[in-house]
Amino acid sequence: MSIDQSTAAKVAKLARIKVEDDALPALASEFNTILGFIEQLNEVDVEGVEPMVSVEPMRLKRRVDEVTDGNQQDKVLSNAPDAREGFFAVPKVVE
Amino acid sequence: MSDLNKLGLAEARDALRAGDVTSVELTESCLKAIDEADALNAFVHKTPEIALERAKAADERIKAGNAPSMCGLPIGIKDLFCTKGVPSQAASKILDGFKPEYESTVSQQLADAGAVMLGKLNMDEFAMGSSNETSTYGNAVSPWRRGNDDAQLTPGGSSGGSASAVSADLCLAATGTDTGGSIRQPAAFVGITGIKPTYGRCSRWGIVAFASSLDQAGPMTKNVRDAAIMLETMCGHDPKDSTSAELAVPNFEAMLTGDIKGKKIGIPKEYRMDGMPAEIEKLWSEGAEMLKAAGAEIVDISLPHTKYALPAYYVIAPAEASSNLARYDGVRYGRRAQLAQGDGITEMYEKTRAEGFGHEVQRRVMIGTYVLSAGFYDAYYNRARKVRTLIKKDFEDVFAAGVDAILTPATPSASFGLGEMTEADPVQMYLNDVFTVTVNLAGLPGISVPAGLDSQGLPLGLQLIGRPWDEGDLLNTAYALENAVGFVAKPSKWW
Repeated sequence: MSIDQSTAAKVAKLARIKVEDDALPALASEFNTILGFIEQLNEVDVEGVEPMVSVEPMRLKRRVDEVTDGNQQDKVLSNAPDAREGFFAVPKVVE
Repeated sequence: MSDLNKLGLAEARDALRAGDVTSVELTESCLKAIDEADALNAFVHKTPEIALERAKAADERIKAGNAPSMCGLPIGIKDLFCTKGVPSQAASKILDGFKPEYESTVSQQLADAGAVMLGKLNMDEFAMGSSNETSTYGNAVSPWRRGNDDAQLTPGGSSGGSASAVSADLCLAATGTDTGGSIRQPAAFVGITGIKPTYGRCSRWGIVAFASSLDQAGPMTKNVRDAAIMLETMCGHDPKDSTSAELAVPNFEAMLTGDIKGKKIGIPKEYRMDGMPAEIEKLWSEGAEMLKAAGAEIVDISLPHTKYALPAYYVIAPAEASSNLARYDGVRYGRRAQLAQGDGITEMYEKTRAEGFGHEVQRRVMIGTYVLSAGFYDAYYNRARKVRTLIKKDFEDVFAAGVDAILTPATPSASFGLGEMTEADPVQMYLNDVFTVTVNLAGLPGISVPAGLDSQGLPLGLQLIGRPWDEGDLLNTAYALENAVGFVAKPSKWW
């Protein structure tokens, strides 16, 4: 599997990371080096093997679905780059 | 007493309880050492006010005869741990200015046990790296040098600041985290002890997530006894982490008898890599001989899927990272990019993440995005998870055959120069974790113990891998190895 520039651009878009066009060839080449390394996994016979979900066989704990926390608007917003009137502010999303 | 910063945890604890020294004195000694060591770039956020306040409180508790396990002991905290009101930015530009409103469970437990936080320690950005060269704070520097050569060396990574600080006696001990070797590799590079416990032993709550199925916190200390003391404080069930194990934490220090008679130590043949330096090969066989002389039985074992651990890791870890790091979007915390006229929300995300993430982090997020994307999920991600099952089974088979611990080299080389790997392709850097990453994939406890110096005078470490939840037995085997090795070398002060 070889990654070309347009695939690299698509991946960058999916990851929401802006990559300038002139950086794409180098990026695609790095991807190919890493994926070439990963390709070794194809040598392993994984027929009938379950993919690991959790390293220790444990059932995730359940708890009652109830409110245990809240009323911390100031704390929640204290690190926001732009907070206004009790909300996170972002560029216009809907026209 | 002079040079109090050079004490270990156990020594300092005993001196505090005997009334020979106060926590304020210990803390001031460390703060002075930290201020003199800016050249190491280990402490990146210093917190002297918090430290002295906690030291005074600790002295009160000791005076009142009410001193918990780590009362009054000054330590450093890796920048990956969220610490309330203190910058916690995982060495990333994208978290510039982030001051958490909460404290990680592990650092809270340490504080509750009376430990004194001296400040935050340098690391690779989001713990992604093996040389501490991806940090937004700049490189952390090892206190060690190659003989008289003044070239700066890496303290390893990702817990490079922790390694440098403990080795240079800027603190008595430090926290680290380990996703693929990030405690054990730096510990080996600077001649200190570092243990990654079984997955689920330490709560991950409040520790900035890299790869959630692999991340574990652990202590980095001056000796095995100190590791036992500090690990016990860091462990324990936490309802805020759904993967935290509901198991009692034993008194690890009490398990250090040094008696390993009859223990079966496995030597895995697959860890004998092509091109491995002869010095490491020699160190490894000498370590095995020492354990044998201490009464252990040495057996050859096979872990057949070892070769596939690194490639599996470089699918699973980036996949989980791409998901975990999706939260850095310039909305809720950290840094937002300057936007141009007409930029919408997508441009805001893309510019913020392009400016805020360093090169290695961007690369891993994108690799993770690719292996999880439609059409490739089965070929890469599911296949890697199946290989992970096989890697874990390799260990299960060996333990089922009666092996108590496995002895391997900690790293494939000694520390290297900062900048020396810049031209290498990323995979060359990844090979640093070749002996440690299997342990994360299998969720096992692993410890790195300093075992000698190479011909250039640089430390080398050996790794012991234990059965799940059996850190006590593992620490005891490490203690026996430490006693046999008698490693006492320290870097000479140039900073």
